[in-house]
Amino acid sequence: MNNTNKVQIAIVGAGPGGLSAAARAAELGVSHVLFEQSPAHANTIQKYQKGKHVMAEPNVLPLRSPLRFEAGTREAILDEWARGLDKHAVNIRYGSEVTSISGSRPDFTLKLKSGEEYHAETVIFAIGMQGNPRRLGIPGEDLPCVQNTLDDPGEYSGEVIVVVGAGDAAIENAVALAKQNTVFILNRSAEFARVKEGNLNLILKSVEEGKLGCYYNAACVSLTAMPGADRPYTLVINTDNGEAVVPCNRVIARIGAIPPRKFVESCGIRFPSPDPAALPVLNERYESAVPGLYVIGALAGYPLIKQAMNQGYEVVEYALGREVEPADEPLLAKKFANLPFRKSVSETLALMQQRIPLFTEVNSLVFRELLLGSAVHVPAKGEAIFRKNDYTNSFYTIVEGTVEIELGAEGGPSRRIPLGAGQFFGEMSLLSGRRRSGTVYAGANCVLIESPRRDILKLMNSADSVRKVIDQLFIARAIQTGFAPGVPFDQLNSIAARAELKRYRKGETLFAEGDEADRLILIRSGSVSVSRRIGEHDVVISYVAAGNYVGEMGLLGKTRRNATVRATVPTEAVSLDATAFEELLVRNPALRAELETTMQKRFASNARMRGSDESGDLISFLIKQGLGEATDLLLIDETLCVGCDNCETACAETHGGTSRLDRAAGPTFANVHVPTSCRHCEDPHCMRECPPDAIRRAPNGEVYIQDNCIGCGNCERNCPYGVIHMAYAPAPKPGLASWLLFGAGSGPGDAHAGAHHGHAAHGAADGKPKAPKKAVKCDMCKDQSGGPACVRACPTGAALRVSPEAFVEFISESAVGR
Amino acid sequence: MHQSFLQYRGKRYLWWALSLCFVAVLAYAWHQPVSPPNGGTWLGYTLGTIGALLILWLTALGVRKRSYQSAVGTVQGWVSAHVYLGLALIVVATLHTGFQFGWNVHTLAYVLMMTVIVSGLFGVVMYLRFPERLSANRSSQTREQMLQEIADLDQRALRIAANLPAEFAEAIASNRDRTRIGGTVLDILRGRDRSQVSLAGDDGVLQVVPNPAQEHMLEWLGRQLSRSTDAERTRRIDELVNLMASRRSLLRRVIEDARIAGWLQVWLYVHVPITFALLGSLIAHVVSVFLYW
Ligand SMILES: Cc1cc2nc3c(=O)[nH]c(=O)nc-3n(C[C@H](O)[C@H](O)[C@H](O)COP(=O)(O)OP(=O)(O)OC[C@H]3O[C@@H](n4cnc5c(N)ncnc54)[C@H](O)[C@@H]3O)c2cc1C
Ligand code: HEM
Ligand code: SF4
Ligand code: SF4
Repeated sequence: MNNTNKVQIAIVGAGPGGLSAAARAAELGVSHVLFEQSPAHANTIQKYQKGKHVMAEPNVLPLRSPLRFEAGTREAILDEWARGLDKHAVNIRYGSEVTSISGSRPDFTLKLKSGEEYHAETVIFAIGMQGNPRRLGIPGEDLPCVQNTLDDPGEYSGEVIVVVGAGDAAIENAVALAKQNTVFILNRSAEFARVKEGNLNLILKSVEEGKLGCYYNAACVSLTAMPGADRPYTLVINTDNGEAVVPCNRVIARIGAIPPRKFVESCGIRFPSPDPAALPVLNERYESAVPGLYVIGALAGYPLIKQAMNQGYEVVEYALGREVEPADEPLLAKKFANLPFRKSVSETLALMQQRIPLFTEVNSLVFRELLLGSAVHVPAKGEAIFRKNDYTNSFYTIVEGTVEIELGAEGGPSRRIPLGAGQFFGEMSLLSGRRRSGTVYAGANCVLIESPRRDILKLMNSADSVRKVIDQLFIARAIQTGFAPGVPFDQLNSIAARAELKRYRKGETLFAEGDEADRLILIRSGSVSVSRRIGEHDVVISYVAAGNYVGEMGLLGKTRRNATVRATVPTEAVSLDATAFEELLVRNPALRAELETTMQKRFASNARMRGSDESGDLISFLIKQGLGEATDLLLIDETLCVGCDNCETACAETHGGTSRLDRAAGPTFANVHVPTSCRHCEDPHCMRECPPDAIRRAPNGEVYIQDNCIGCGNCERNCPYGVIHMAYAPAPKPGLASWLLFGAGSGPGDAHAGAHHGHAAHGAADGKPKAPKKAVKCDMCKDQSGGPACVRACPTGAALRVSPEAFVEFISESAVGR
Repeated sequence: MHQSFLQYRGKRYLWWALSLCFVAVLAYAWHQPVSPPNGGTWLGYTLGTIGALLILWLTALGVRKRSYQSAVGTVQGWVSAHVYLGLALIVVATLHTGFQFGWNVHTLAYVLMMTVIVSGLFGVVMYLRFPERLSANRSSQTREQMLQEIADLDQRALRIAANLPAEFAEAIASNRDRTRIGGTVLDILRGRDRSQVSLAGDDGVLQVVPNPAQEHMLEWLGRQLSRSTDAERTRRIDELVNLMASRRSLLRRVIEDARIAGWLQVWLYVHVPITFALLGSLIAHVVSVFLYW
């Protein structure tokens, strides 16, 4: 027995990464074992929605694995892999959760939950990021009536079902099940905190209407089978009013998942920072700090199936001490093809790392991944890399040659600051999500790396050295642009070093009315509201967007704050104390006068806003609707809107038949209506967790979704304003235009004109759509020549779009104007 | 920063329209034709051509409105010009006639044109008058949401009624099933509530009675409440009263919403079809003029 428990390679986790690794080991005839905690392979994919169309992004990346994988339905892919497992006679152990890994090459000990022990020379860790569903932790938790997922609520009817949990998933399941069943939801605390507003309303309403029962402050005590009883199980729970007994058919535990991090760390794998987004430290062969322990797949930071499968193949080669050219080699070679020098891919990478101090300490695997996502540019001399006020947010590093950054006010005098090899730029927009603050021109013989925002943020999260350098430079440059134009950089470093970078939660106070005024604060990302106590109430008088500063009054000789400043969204701010400020004044004597002018302007505009209480309420209302993070907000002036829905029709007609805007839905205040439509957030929530990085920001600020969307629905869940939905493209639109069409018949652009402008993928005629559902949202008509179709189509001028620059003007106008 | 279609670009098209009228009136006053002024003089032809072109262009709004890809101005700008130049047509076309009317196809075209214009003017009045009320009445809810809320109220009421004598459930259910909003165009525009309810009389006999604004329903519940001697029963009926009172205000809002929306649309059902009639008679007018000339 002991003999069979010793293998050359043990693989933990039978997701795409682990499966591919095991199949490769089997193909090579290496002794191996693959542990999978669940009863079937690829648990993450098993949990996808039934019939989901799985995509094989990135398309350009070739697949290298003994298992086959191409885009198709979840079922077809799982079947294919099951056949592959058989064909290669992979030694897979289902229902085998690995609970500890100790030792190092060549003697690892793996313990299973069952108590079994295995020994292996090397271990490949591929447990993904899904984590383990939290369990009820009560006697009876293993009974078959307990489940952690719900595929299809319609499957159950006439049952008594207890849903345990208080998150979005629990609420959505409970409400969906309540249509055909008697449902109780069990909340451990006294309210539903931390759920989306829509879900909060949904659950409170459902409970109030008696559609489902809810126990607050309730904990499960035990679950027992009651064969023969009316309801086959009994759940005992503890509530404020003592114990309650609930006879039931089913218990659905939606109490979250335990992130794998702790377990991973317990095996000796290190992470560079406590940030939950940090990735484990690995070398270029996926090997962790523990020799012989390899990490691949989603856990290693590669969020797509094909990447995980390729790594499964490669890692087995590495584990056997062999070299293999990574599958992405040709991709990089292509990127490097127009470089002015001829070197191999790895030589080029090494050269870049050596030339750019920012990347020198980064591990080469991470750097390679960064470059895979990046573009390499060889711009002609004088070419503009990006322009002032563009909304792009990628990050540039200079490999060779120089660039010039042109700063300065529009129409005013401008200055050009040269940057040389090894330096970087673009960090301002990267960090603040705001427009570019200057134009950058290429110098002679320039070679640049342009990296997408997401990849750089990922890098900053996993390499502290990178974060520090970028933060420092950001502060120095922010001070330079904001307060000391013309003062050379090296003179600002001492000031920058004293500046403090702070993060504030939504609603947190930066400083309060009456506090001592001893610092100047520069908002780096997010935004703040300024309010004053008037009588009993805190009245919002203004709103300050990222890139501006607050608190200048204090430093100009006034000693107490006359207003309270709060973060409207998660906000980062740089604060300068009085000493640093004194030093700045020495370097730039004109600064005092400048700040005084700003102050005067603010006074004037604050006074204007205070003209009516309504303006303050309107700001508060709009902030709640996302003003604080919007770069473009669609508003409807309800004094003008006649409800013709021409805006919606226009949106649908220009976007393959699906409107991305719901005009009537959404709240209204003081005749300003915020329809359900994208805010084009500065730091878009939807971009987070998009596996193929399909959500992008265009130079004019539009947040849009590219065709490589895999339809996972993460963005739909992450958007707090509920503006994304999943749709077949293009969907027929029932009845929307019906009354508009009377009499006039069909004019140009009518009826199905949208269809041939739509995406390539059409629903098949037989009603069974072949194309997958994809995420759709407002793209601000970035491909339309005249700008947003909704605004252009509004007959009365009720629909308008406002940018943050225009918010204050808009608010004072609409509040005072009536 | 943003303006209504009447204010559009500092009322630019109002000035255009006024200039057009001014020039037309001036020319008309200055012009001394041999015969009495009519469509056949050179000025008559000029005004007629301008008028016909204007009508064609005014009709083109319907096309522009549906050319969602079009970047030729904004629909708002078009509507602004449409309204002002459409009104200028009154002057242009009337002068074109030289005030010669009769029972013929020419005057028919004129009358149709005036009908379209008057209906347009009426529409503008509606557009200015109603949006704010529409919004206030909705108070951040869509009509679907209001209807959903009514449906939810009914469900809750039925659940409460389940613990009361059967006539309560009958009353609530019939109230739900016999709720009639909408109806003919006139009903909508007048905001009529044609709902009914079937209520048990004192003799226990069910009778269907009209129930506008939930009046009879509430009255009946009030009567039951005053007769109740049981505390638990009183509490339940009281809850029903509350629910039905909310139902009343919701229902009113739905009816009001449909009423306002109706007024905002109904004139277009005159404006557009008559536009087509006008185009027909305009062709007849032009053809006959050239044939019999
Ligand atoms: C809804 C959704 C849709 C997606 N759609 C796509 C798509 O269309 N295309 C695409 O390329 N990517 C898609 N992805 C991403 C893709 O699922 C992941 O990138 C991929 O599954 C990662 O593979 P992995 O092998 O690293 O980890 P996983 O697939 O997560 O596999 C980990 C496995 O390890 C097992 N395990 C965990 N802990 C233990 C333990 N202690 N002992 C034993 N076994 C353990 C788990 O049960 C699981 O089977 C989607 C993701 C989601 C959530
Ligand atoms: C002979 C003259 C006119 C003709 C032929 C004409 C024709 C039209 C047409 C075809 C439409 C498009 C309707 C649709 O497709 O939905 C329209 C809309 C409209 N017209 Fe006129 N019109 C005329 C005069 C006027 C006048 C004088 C006014 C106002 C004083 C006016 C006000 C409007 C308005 C407000 C709209 C609606 C815009 C909208 O909501 O989309 N029209 N007209
Ligand atoms: S989809 Fe939602 S999260 Fe994304 S930019 Fe728009 S409003 Fe923001
Ligand atoms: S765009 Fe949305 S649905 Fe599409 S892949 Fe990204 S997160 Fe998933």
